[in-house]
Amino acid sequence: MKLELKGMTKKFGPVLANDKISLTVEPGQIHALLGENGAGKSTLMNLLYGLYRPDEGHILLDGKELSLAGPGDAMDAGIGMVHQHFMLVPVFTVAENVVLGNEPSTRIGSLDLEVARDRVREISARFGFDIDPDALIENLPVGIQQRVEIVKALAREAKILILDEPTAVLTPQETDDLMVIMRQLADEGTSIVFITHKLREVKAVADVVTVIRGGKVIDSVSPRTSIEKLASLMVGREVDLTVAKKPPKTGDVVLKVNDLVVVDDRQQKIIDGISLEVRAGEILCLAGVEGNGQTAFAETLLGLREVTAGGVSLGGRDITNASVREVLDSGVGFIPEDRKKDGVVGEFTLEENFMTDGSHEEPWTNGLTINFAEREKMSAELIKRFDIRTPSAATPAKKLSGGNQQKVVVARELTRPLKLLVAAQPTRGVDVGSIEFIHEQIVATRDRGIPVVIISTELDEVYGLADRIAVMYRGRIVRTVSPKTSREHMGQMMAGIVPAGVS
Amino acid sequence: MKLLKELLSTSPTRAFLSIIMGFLVGAIFMMVSGDEVGEAFDQGGLGDALWAAVLTVADGYSALFRGSIFNNRADDVVAAIRPMTETLRLGAPLIAAGLGISLGFRVGLFNIGGNGQMIFGILWATWVSTRMELPIILHMVVALVVAILGAALWGALVGFLKAKTGAHEVILTIMLNYVSIYLFTWFIRSPNLLQQVEAGGTPKSDAPALTAQLPQLVPGVYSLHLGFLLAVAAAITYWWLMERSAVGYRFRMVGHNPNAARTAGISVERTYILAMAVSAAFLGVAGANQALGTQVPYTETVHSGIGFDGITVALLGGGNALGIFFAGLLFGAFKAGGPQMQVIGISPDVLGIVQGAIVLFIAAPPLVRAIFRLPVLANTPALDSLRARFSRKGVSE
Repeated sequence: MKLELKGMTKKFGPVLANDKISLTVEPGQIHALLGENGAGKSTLMNLLYGLYRPDEGHILLDGKELSLAGPGDAMDAGIGMVHQHFMLVPVFTVAENVVLGNEPSTRIGSLDLEVARDRVREISARFGFDIDPDALIENLPVGIQQRVEIVKALAREAKILILDEPTAVLTPQETDDLMVIMRQLADEGTSIVFITHKLREVKAVADVVTVIRGGKVIDSVSPRTSIEKLASLMVGREVDLTVAKKPPKTGDVVLKVNDLVVVDDRQQKIIDGISLEVRAGEILCLAGVEGNGQTAFAETLLGLREVTAGGVSLGGRDITNASVREVLDSGVGFIPEDRKKDGVVGEFTLEENFMTDGSHEEPWTNGLTINFAEREKMSAELIKRFDIRTPSAATPAKKLSGGNQQKVVVARELTRPLKLLVAAQPTRGVDVGSIEFIHEQIVATRDRGIPVVIISTELDEVYGLADRIAVMYRGRIVRTVSPKTSREHMGQMMAGIVPAGVS
Repeated sequence: MKLLKELLSTSPTRAFLSIIMGFLVGAIFMMVSGDEVGEAFDQGGLGDALWAAVLTVADGYSALFRGSIFNNRADDVVAAIRPMTETLRLGAPLIAAGLGISLGFRVGLFNIGGNGQMIFGILWATWVSTRMELPIILHMVVALVVAILGAALWGALVGFLKAKTGAHEVILTIMLNYVSIYLFTWFIRSPNLLQQVEAGGTPKSDAPALTAQLPQLVPGVYSLHLGFLLAVAAAITYWWLMERSAVGYRFRMVGHNPNAARTAGISVERTYILAMAVSAAFLGVAGANQALGTQVPYTETVHSGIGFDGITVALLGGGNALGIFFAGLLFGAFKAGGPQMQVIGISPDVLGIVQGAIVLFIAAPPLVRAIFRLPVLANTPALDSLRARFSRKGVSE
């Protein structure tokens, strides 16, 4: 099916999220939609999926105009969507999930699961998916869950498949597998709209790349366009994707973790015997696919999780099971993975957000009342020094863009007297310009002689920042390697396999 | 223009519009509840009926005005402004209760147990005021402090149970309301506890000792007593606590985002306990107002449901001390003016409807926005810069 979008416009209040966007997806084409967070990709796809109504513009399917009142209409028209966060019911089986919302029933109205199972088997067989229709979703790995989402769309006879940042949660291998599947689907005539901000993937799989910036189509280019060129189209200026840093000048061991074991609520070991050392002046990156214990490790360092066995010491002082307050006061800077949840208080002004760690001490308070004059002065300084783009220091943090919110967190954490910096996904959901800035700040922190632990699932970031890389898999460190290790080997280690020739 | 738009959609405006809407709803009930409108319709048709309706509403609300603010039919000035002093007297405990409930809201705690906390404070204040003998002033101060501490303790218990067991504060407070009210009832029905010494079986307390009563501000003329000044002090304390102090900052942080607070090294559990205690302490002030602001014996109904009314006051007050102060006065005026409405034959229950409608409109911002076609504002740059200018002068939002 040929999909045409013509002059799609969507406003949210005064914000023009989509400004006369037009694009054409040919049958069997993989059309990559490339843009930074906030560029308007998701808005456009929600328009196409019937979740939003466009203010202007038309959607044409094979030349016929389409009017969408909701996702149901979109599905009926043959448009399927795989969301970034899966829309699956974890306690239902694959078959139940696939037919949810469109359940086949017997004559007396009861659910006919046999039809559902058959449908799953048939589609799985066609694409070599190997999915058991009776498996519970919650027992399946993320990569397979994603395939269930695809099967779900195909079971509704989707001819156009929208994939919203599908690789965010996948290992490099799973990503490769997905690329193969996408190619296969396209060869069978399914059109695919592939939303991403990862340049490498675009080059690997897309037939056409449409770059969106600030709600407008900037250009449609061939995937053979160089990565640098694609990046500059996406950002609107030349960007340096590499992180400039000198070789590390390492000092003494500051952070020492011994055989750390942490269990979760269900008594499963989420950290299963981690030992590591980090020296002053170096960056250790914990690489790995999301959900292999990195987040828990960071939370344990901060004192948010209880240590079951083993210990943590900082500069010779034991901080095993210390409270968060003690850990912070002993000089740990922490940039949490989920800034909206843990990093900033959205309703608080920037001024208030700068003092979250310091509400008990000088200079922010005298212990009893807030030092308003001092706070105002320091906030102005931080906003300037960290180039935070905000109307004023009294603006609530939630009104800033993701990148600027992250800079608020970075400013707060880096300007305290530090002995260790722990940063989890420091540039997730951050625009390229801010990524550059945050990376520079992290390297500068290292060069001040402060040990840095970075947790990142983005290999580009890991390679860019790390002096050493510890690869995590299922709560353990597979190997600690140098950043010269190949991507292929890194991918294998992220799946728990130690390739030959890696020490 | 932009600033005007932004101002229009902020909470003081919304509160004001909600009040207007509430009065309109009340007016409708007045029209349909009286006989005049129907009679006028039978005799003179639609025109007369409408006129009668307008007159009924005008009569009703002017009676409310006479009963709560200024009685223009009184013989002298002293009597004419008596209604206003009654509004202040009756508004005082509502203000204190509203402050307490509101504090809970801002920490993310839905404290439905204001009444129970208040009663627990009243219980111990009654003990001090009727069973102890202390010198003047000291007696009152001790009774007051005991009321506040008693309530705070009852509130802290909620916070403690929530923090330790994860039980939800709504369930806890509702259940503890029952415990508290029946505990108090038992106390004032037991001769060896708090029952009136010479009651001969009536379930009443003694009147508070003269030394323990909150003194009248204009003795012998108005019944307005020290409780009103306590409410003013409570409002100032609330303002300082929530807007200026470090503790209040942590309260607000936990209220907005407990995860971020925990990550910033704040013990969310301890904050819940403290916040519940402080919230209940304000209700203790309301309790003292009830137990010590009277000169006669009382039954367990001395609480007058003020702990529940406090919820509506808090909602209308929009979280800030000044707003709560005026919201408390408004509902105090309803209490003061109700009897006057009854005198002219309009059920004072209409005021309950007005009160409920106001809160309904407050709690449904999209509804008010739709009625008045106010804009939804994602961004308020003009307001932000205005706020920034104020905060530089030390007046934070």
